[in-house]
Amino acid sequence: MLDTLLPILIFSALALAAVGAVRRVRLWRQGRSSPVPLIRGLAAMPRRYLVDLHHIVARDKTMSNTHVATAGGFVLAAVLAIVVHGLGLAEGVLGWLLLAASATMFAGSLFVARRRRNPPARLSKGPWMRLPKSLMAFSLGIFVVTLPAVGVLPAGGWLVALVLAAVVAWGLAELVFGMTWGGPMKHAFAGALHLAFHRRPERFSDKRGGEGRSTGLKALDLEDDQAPLGVETPADFTWNQLLGFDACVQCGRCEAACPAFAAGQPLNPKKLIQDMVVGMAGGSDARYAGSPYPGKPVGEHAGEPHGPIVARPSAQAQGRTALVDAETLWSCTTCRACVEECPMMIEHVDAIVDMRRFLTLEHGNTPNKGAEVLDNLIATDNPGGFDPGSRLNWAADLDLPLMADKREAEVLLWLGDGVFDMRNQRTLRALVKVLRAADVDFAVLGAEERDSGDVARRLGDEATFQSLARRNIATLAPYRFTHIVTCDPHSFHVLKNEYGELGGNYEVFHHSTYLHRLIEAGRLNLKAMKASSVTYHDPCYLGRYNGEYQAPREVLKALGVELKEMARSGYRSRCCGGGGGAPITDVPGKQRIPDMRMNDVRETGAELVAVGCPQCTAMLEGVVAEERAEVKDIAELVADALVENAAPGGAGNRPRRDTEEVAL
Amino acid sequence: MPHDVATPAETELNVAVLVSVGRHPLTARARRADQDARAVEMALTLPDADVRLIHAGRHDDDSDSALRGYLGMGLASIGLLEQPSGADVVPALAAVLRDASPQLVLTGARAETGEGSGLLPYLLADWLGWPIVTGLAAVESVEHGMATVLQALPRGQRRRLRVRLPAIATVESSAPAARQSAFGPARRGGFDPETRDGVRDDALSEWHVQPARKRPKRLKIVKAASARDRFKAAAAKAQGGGGQVLEGATPEQGAEAIFKLLEEEGVVRRS
Repeated sequence: MLDTLLPILIFSALALAAVGAVRRVRLWRQGRSSPVPLIRGLAAMPRRYLVDLHHIVARDKTMSNTHVATAGGFVLAAVLAIVVHGLGLAEGVLGWLLLAASATMFAGSLFVARRRRNPPARLSKGPWMRLPKSLMAFSLGIFVVTLPAVGVLPAGGWLVALVLAAVVAWGLAELVFGMTWGGPMKHAFAGALHLAFHRRPERFSDKRGGEGRSTGLKALDLEDDQAPLGVETPADFTWNQLLGFDACVQCGRCEAACPAFAAGQPLNPKKLIQDMVVGMAGGSDARYAGSPYPGKPVGEHAGEPHGPIVARPSAQAQGRTALVDAETLWSCTTCRACVEECPMMIEHVDAIVDMRRFLTLEHGNTPNKGAEVLDNLIATDNPGGFDPGSRLNWAADLDLPLMADKREAEVLLWLGDGVFDMRNQRTLRALVKVLRAADVDFAVLGAEERDSGDVARRLGDEATFQSLARRNIATLAPYRFTHIVTCDPHSFHVLKNEYGELGGNYEVFHHSTYLHRLIEAGRLNLKAMKASSVTYHDPCYLGRYNGEYQAPREVLKALGVELKEMARSGYRSRCCGGGGGAPITDVPGKQRIPDMRMNDVRETGAELVAVGCPQCTAMLEGVVAEERAEVKDIAELVADALVENAAPGGAGNRPRRDTEEVAL
Repeated sequence: MPHDVATPAETELNVAVLVSVGRHPLTARARRADQDARAVEMALTLPDADVRLIHAGRHDDDSDSALRGYLGMGLASIGLLEQPSGADVVPALAAVLRDASPQLVLTGARAETGEGSGLLPYLLADWLGWPIVTGLAAVESVEHGMATVLQALPRGQRRRLRVRLPAIATVESSAPAARQSAFGPARRGGFDPETRDGVRDDALSEWHVQPARKRPKRLKIVKAASARDRFKAAAAKAQGGGGQVLEGATPEQGAEAIFKLLEEEGVVRRS
């Protein structure tokens, strides 16, 4: 009897899955077009899954083993079940293999069940709670029905057969057509295709050992006045972005990493992605079973594929909501902690900036100081609205060589908007002192420099970003330099990764990297630092955005510092709260992000926290606390440790070199 | 304050806003003029108002981004009254306003470029014979051809006025700040050109124009013994002292009083 029932069950499940797949694909295809190499993408998928995805899952060893056993067992068992029970080919080793596969899957599902007994807050509940039972039903059902097929057990009576068929049907329902009709297993189907057709194929590693990194935002086409400015409705995302949202497993690793969520601001990256899934299919978020946005109960928001994601302020004033509230989008610091943690390689920050673009470029609704900062950037090329001619006032006594005079230099020192900030001026002075001690041939742009466009871009003002970027690129064009060095990771990231699309390709170093190179080359004579206990705060735009975790630590090591690492450091570093224009839009929460970060510092017992970013310096120094650790930039620490007048390059021959330069 | 429900005949309030090309005080880049933008903001927040923007001047590469700054506040178009450079725009503006017959004309008190004398609203009011309200802070209601408005006075004081429409009102920095100008609507917005003969400003061509110098400011020296005195000195009203309120005076008496004051202050000399 099972011999007739099982093929019917298996093939009807497959047929239903195929119907569901077509429906799902049609949901994704509501999105805008985005050309992808179909065959090459599918061919690259197994490697992306087995290497890149597994690399992230394996940060949690128990979970990765659980997933390997369950998913590996399932894939093998499903294929073999089709062959053995669907086609009736139980001969030889196949049946036994199927037994082994379903047993492995069952073992895995026990661990899934164990994790679901006291699930951490970050996991979604709801349908996800039944998943271990479904996994067990499938694996156990397949295991038992395979026993007669290999001849271990006699086939039972019709009652036993019916019960077994029901169990297998349950398993098939969840694991085969549940995959395409929605439900927890959707992540396998959508996830596999998402890996194949990812919008940033360059973020995956390759066989030659490239680590794969793609963090620069994608430019809007402003030349075409028909092209939409950002994302208004779920259907305005590209189809593979929608596919990516659908791949979410709701594991909540993003939620656990998100600084805004921890601060009680109304953002939860997981919920945001789920809201996009709700919007893509149309409906309300009432069925979402995870942590809500802090302070925003579930069930009050709804959307549709072609309806607005964010309600206009006039509609909001009348109490009408759409899919997501604007303050959710403005809470993000663009620190990429969520993207870094996401095992499904979902690009949360891209999506948030896409939606912000629409709010700024079409609604004209950048909150709080946003509009003022953007106006300043347009009128004065710096966010503070300072006189652009006063950019070099801080260095009146330093006699900095100007690019306009020299025309060429080995290093172009990009000063950034920190020139207007008295705290950052100390860092810049320190950096200049170190460069001079190492006898580096450098020059600055002075009044010709403009804001890099980072803040404008993160606030969604792509037009101002592109205007600033194009003018900066034009300013840099006539000058000859080997590389750009900057002490601002935001400028660093934008110059290095985001100017390329607009025609500016440079070799850019963050000052910590450059100082490390100077030390390696023996061009700096340093004495050991006195500070006893030091920790280091990784800036998001240096670390997660550009993978530079080592150089700053090497520099500190060269100063004789033994680092007391924070629990969240390196790729898990917690944001200072200063990125993405968050201090400008200033969405209120229960606590402040920099306070949480300084608590991290306090837990290490360090008396000094080394930083490498003017934003981080400002945010962390703004923390008011008793016995707060001192905040110092790496450049300041190196400058303090310089042995005067004994540098190998010799500061003594500098004046002569200067006269030569003037003669040029 | 709740807006009164307008009677059906008055559902549409016709508002014209005169906008000019501004100039950023630090970088001198063309931008939407701050006061004019506030006037546009005030017009856009009026309920059931049909808002029309008018710029008298030229639309070229220099002024494009500045004028689009107004369009970015959410307007479909700007009426462009093309005038040659150096023209006196008052006659052309007056003619257009007389033809369009808006009920309310809003504008900034003073332009950021050109003469910037702040006289234009007065000259227009004179040409058209309409009343003028300066320092408009809010329009409270419009009914039966009368508007109830709040006028901003120094030190945050407000005066409620009733004014017969059509009227001209100027907006200063006491009015609510202008909304953000968004790139999308700014790019989409268009210009409706309308040609009126320009009248050459002969007086202007004889003037000598030079950059303004900052005039030195007299330091206010406060000799105060206590914190309370210092606070009082800082918060005190400017003491006019010799002010005089004329009530029920004939125009001749008023003119005489003003003339007398000017004489006392040494502004004019009786010959």
